[in-house]
Amino acid sequence: MSDLTNRTAAELADDLASGEVTSREVVDAYLARIAAVDGVDADGDVWPAKPAAALRSDEPHAYLAVTAAAARAHADDVDARRAAGAPLGPLAGVPVAVKDILTTRGVATTCGSRMLEGWLPPYDATVTRQLAAADLVVLGKTNMDEFAMGSSTESSAFGPTRNPWDLDRVPGGSSGGSAAAVAARLAPLAIGTDTGGSIRQPAAFTGLVGAKPTYGTVSRYGLVAFASSLDQAGPFARTVEDAARLHTVIAGHDPRDSTSVDAPLPDLTARLEDGVDGMRLGVIRELAGDGVDAGVGAVLREALERLAGLGAEIVDVSLPHAGYALPAYYLIAPSEASSNLARFDGVRYGNRVDAASAEEMNAATREAGFGAEVKRRIMIGTHALSSGYYDAYYLQASKVRTLIAADFRTAFDDVDALISPTAPSVAFRLGENVDDPLAMYLNDVATVPASLAGIPAISVPAGVADDGAGGRLPVGVQVMAPLLGDDVMYRVARALEAATAFDPTPRGARAVAVGEVTR
Amino acid sequence: MTSQALLDDGWELVVGLEVHVELQTNTKMWCGCSTVFGDEPNTNVCEVCTGQPGALPVANEQAVRDAILLGLALQGRIAERCRFHRKNYFYPDLAKNYQISQYDTPLVTDGELVVEVTGDDGGVERRRVGIERLHMEEDTGKSLHVGDTGRLHGADRSLIDYNRCGIPLLEVVSHPDIRDPETAQAYLRELQAVVVATGVSDARMEEGSIRCDANVSVRRVGEELGTRTEIKNLNSVRSLGRAVRYEAQRQLAVIQDGGVIRMETRHWDESRGVTEVLRVKESVTDYRYFPDPDLVEVLSPPQRVEEIARRLPELPAATRARLTGLGVPREQAAVLVANAAVPVFDEAVAAGAEATAAANWLAGDVVGQLAAEDLSLAASGLTGAHLAELTRLIDDGTLSNTLAKEALAGVIASRGASSPAAVAAERGLEQVSDVGELQRIVDDVVAANPDTVAAIRSGNDKAIGALVGQVMKATKGQADPRKTNELLRTAIHG
Repeated sequence: MSDLTNRTAAELADDLASGEVTSREVVDAYLARIAAVDGVDADGDVWPAKPAAALRSDEPHAYLAVTAAAARAHADDVDARRAAGAPLGPLAGVPVAVKDILTTRGVATTCGSRMLEGWLPPYDATVTRQLAAADLVVLGKTNMDEFAMGSSTESSAFGPTRNPWDLDRVPGGSSGGSAAAVAARLAPLAIGTDTGGSIRQPAAFTGLVGAKPTYGTVSRYGLVAFASSLDQAGPFARTVEDAARLHTVIAGHDPRDSTSVDAPLPDLTARLEDGVDGMRLGVIRELAGDGVDAGVGAVLREALERLAGLGAEIVDVSLPHAGYALPAYYLIAPSEASSNLARFDGVRYGNRVDAASAEEMNAATREAGFGAEVKRRIMIGTHALSSGYYDAYYLQASKVRTLIAADFRTAFDDVDALISPTAPSVAFRLGENVDDPLAMYLNDVATVPASLAGIPAISVPAGVADDGAGGRLPVGVQVMAPLLGDDVMYRVARALEAATAFDPTPRGARAVAVGEVTR
Repeated sequence: MTSQALLDDGWELVVGLEVHVELQTNTKMWCGCSTVFGDEPNTNVCEVCTGQPGALPVANEQAVRDAILLGLALQGRIAERCRFHRKNYFYPDLAKNYQISQYDTPLVTDGELVVEVTGDDGGVERRRVGIERLHMEEDTGKSLHVGDTGRLHGADRSLIDYNRCGIPLLEVVSHPDIRDPETAQAYLRELQAVVVATGVSDARMEEGSIRCDANVSVRRVGEELGTRTEIKNLNSVRSLGRAVRYEAQRQLAVIQDGGVIRMETRHWDESRGVTEVLRVKESVTDYRYFPDPDLVEVLSPPQRVEEIARRLPELPAATRARLTGLGVPREQAAVLVANAAVPVFDEAVAAGAEATAAANWLAGDVVGQLAAEDLSLAASGLTGAHLAELTRLIDDGTLSNTLAKEALAGVIASRGASSPAAVAAERGLEQVSDVGELQRIVDDVVAANPDTVAAIRSGNDKAIGALVGQVMKATKGQADPRKTNELLRTAIHG
C-alpha cells in the first residue's frame, strides 16, 4: 500500500470513488509514513508530535501535531457514508495537512509560538470547517515560522522544518511544514497561508505547486492574523490540478469575514486544459534580472521558451514601482502585526508569566513568549505607526501599495498573466540567513508585489538548478493573474506544468526517500 | 446668571462634554452576543468579543443605522463613507488590546443641540451647543479589583467580566461652547432626551448606558482657551453640575495663587464634593491609530440616509412645544419628554383624557411611583387607555383623587394586567354615590350634630366641612365629596 502515498489527490479521489481503496486505508498509509519519515508515533500524544529534544537531523519535522485518532474516525465515517451511497464531495476521504495558524476546535493551535503553547481554540476556522464539510481528512497541524514571520520555518519555537529535497536546507517559509509534508509524501495536500510569499516560496523550494488566491476569496476567519490586509490561505499540492481542486474547497464568501468577497468566483478547473495558445504573457522586467541566481534565471528562460512554443506571446512588461514593494511590505505587514499581536498578553489564553501587576505580567509574558523575529517586527511596526513617524512610514507605504496595484492594473490591460521567478534562489542552508534579517527578507522580493496588490499568484515547479554541491534543487516560476482571475492563473500554470519535464522525486544523499513515483 | 456668581468678574468658564451612549441593539457591535445588562459575568461572550486569536469583527448594521439616526436627530452631517480605526493601548479589560473606534473620518460631524435654561430674569433662554463629532466604537469589559482599596492600585487580584466588551458605543463630542454649569446640565439632559426619543438607548446614567466626561477650563473673557482638565466619574446630571462648579473655582484659585493648571484627568468624588488627580497627561498618549484592516468602509449614500431619516421621531424640543400648546405647563412637558412618557400621554389624549389632567398624572404620580420602584414606563404596563379611564372615573365621580392614586398604583402593580376600573372594583374603591345609602348616612350625621347644623344655618358655612368629614369617616372615605356636600346642604337648608 506504500504507493498510496505517491498518488495525487485526483488519483486518490478516483480510487476512493471507484472503491479501489478506502479512506481508512489511505489515512493509515499516511500515518504509517508519518511515523517512519517524521518519526512521530501516530498513536501517541497529539501535541507536541515531536518534543524539541527528540528532533533529528534526518527527519523533516513537518508536523507539530498529528491527529491520528480523529483522522481514522473521520475516514471510517466517510467510508461508511460512501458505502451507504450518501452523496460525497469530490475530494471526500482524501487526507490533508493544515498549517498550525488555522484554528481547530479543541486541537492545539500554536502558530509556532511558545505564546500559544497549550491553547485549545474554542472554535474552528472557516477553512477548517470547509475542509470538514468537504470530508477531507485532516492528518495534523504543520510547522511554521513563528506567527508566519519568516521565510525558512527556522523561527518556529518548536524547532525548524527541513527540506525533503535536502535535509540540510530550509523548506522555505513561513508555511514550511505544509510544504515539507506534501513534498515528503506525508500528506497529498496541505493548506498554507501566504502574507508576502509564505505559500509560493516554500512551494518553489520543495518542488510543489502552491497558490495564493485573490485576497478576500478565502475566508480569514480563524486564520490567526499576522497582517490582516495581506493574509490569505491557499493550497499546496504536487500537481496544478490538485491545487485547483483544494483551492475550490476553501474559496467562497464568508459573512464572518468583512473583507470576504461577495461575488461569484471563477470555476478553477473547467478550463484548466485549455492551454495558452494566443495568450499574452508578460515577463516583469524588474523581477527577472538583477538579484536572481543564474540557475533560477536559466529555468525561467526555458519556461518562457516552452510557453512561447505552446503559442503564447511573451512580452516584456514593466512594473515601475516594483522596486518599492519590499520596503512597503516590510512596513505595512509589521505595522498590522504590532496591533494584531497585542492580544497575546497572558490575560485570557496561552502562556502567562506571573508578576506583581497586570502591566508587568503583560511585559514578562511577551518577553518570554515571543521569539526574536516576532519582537523585531512588533518593534518595527510600533515605530512605523507612532505619532510623528506614521506619515513617513505607514502612510507612505500605503501610497506605494496603491501605486503597485495601479501598476498591475495597467500591465493587465495589455497581458493576460504575468510571469517571474518565485524566489531569487534555490533553497538555502539551515542557519545561512538567520543572523541576517535583510537577506532573509530579500527572499520575498518577487512575491510581495502580488501580495500588496491582492492579486492571485502561484508557484509552479519549472525545473531544477545546481545546489552548488553537485546536487539539484527545484526552481519555481510564479504566474500572476488579475484580481479574481484565479482561473487564468491555474490555466497558465497547468500549461507550463504539462510542458515541463519536471522530476518531482527528491534525490540526493540528504533527500527523503519517497519510493516509486507514479506520475 | 450663576456664572457671574461662580467666578470673579472678568473670568469665564469653558466646558466641553464627551458623552458615551451605549446602543440598545440586540447584539454586540462585532458579534452575535447578547447585550443584556446584569447577566452572570462572562456568559455573553464568544471568540470575537474575547479577542481569541483568528476571530474577526463584522460591523452591526443596526448599530450603524442607530448612529445615523441619532446623528440626524442632532442635526449632524452624515459622512458618505467612513472607516474604523484601531486605537492601540494595553488594558486587561480590552480584549484585543486595541479598541475599534473612529479617528479621522467620524460618521457624523457638525451637529448641534439647542438647550433651554432659566435666565437671570426667570424666563427661558435658549442656548446652542455645537457638536463636533459623533463616532462609533466598542465598549470595554469591566475589571473588578479584589483587595482592600477596590481600585487597581493595591489590589490582590483582578477579575474581568467581558459581557460589556464589544457593546456598541457612540461618542458624542461637543464643542467647548458651554459657559456655565446649568447649560452643561441642560445639554446632558437634552441629549438624554434626544437619545430616548430616537429609541437608540434608554440613556440610564446609573446603569452606565450613558456616561459623561467634562473638559473644564477657565480663562479671562476674550482670551485664548486655558489649559483644560478632564473630569471623570460623573454619575448623574447633578454630579456634572457640582463637579463643573467645583473644578472652575479650584482652577481659578490655583491661577490666582500664581499656579498653573496642568493637563490632567481628575476623578469626581461625589461624597466629598471634590475632584482629585487620576493621572497626569504629561505627554499625549500615542494610540497609534491606523485603519482597521479587518473592516471595510461604512457607506451611507444619500438614499440610505433619507430612508433612515424617515424613521426620525418628533424631537424633544418640538414635543415640548406641542405639549405646551395643549396647555401642559412647561415643566411638566419637560418631565414627560425626559421620561419617555409622551407616547402614553398622546394615547391617553386620543382616548379622551384632558391633556392637562393626563400630563398632571403622568408627570406627578406615575413618574414618582416608577422612580420609587426603579421601573420604566414601558415595563410598568401602564397605557394611555388606562390613564384615560382613570381620568374618566374621576370626572364621573366614581373615584376621588385619593382613591384614583390607589387605583393607579394597582394598575402598575399588576403591570398593566388590570385596568383602573378593575382595580377599583376588586379593592372596593368606588365612591359611595348611591344616593339612597348616602342620604341615610347624611341624615344620621345631621341628626347627631344639632349644634353644628345650627351654626351653619346661622351663616357659618365653613362648619359644613366638619360634617363632610363625618360622612367620609362613616363611608371609610368612599363617599363622593361633591354629592355629600350637595345632600348635606339640602338636609340643613331644606
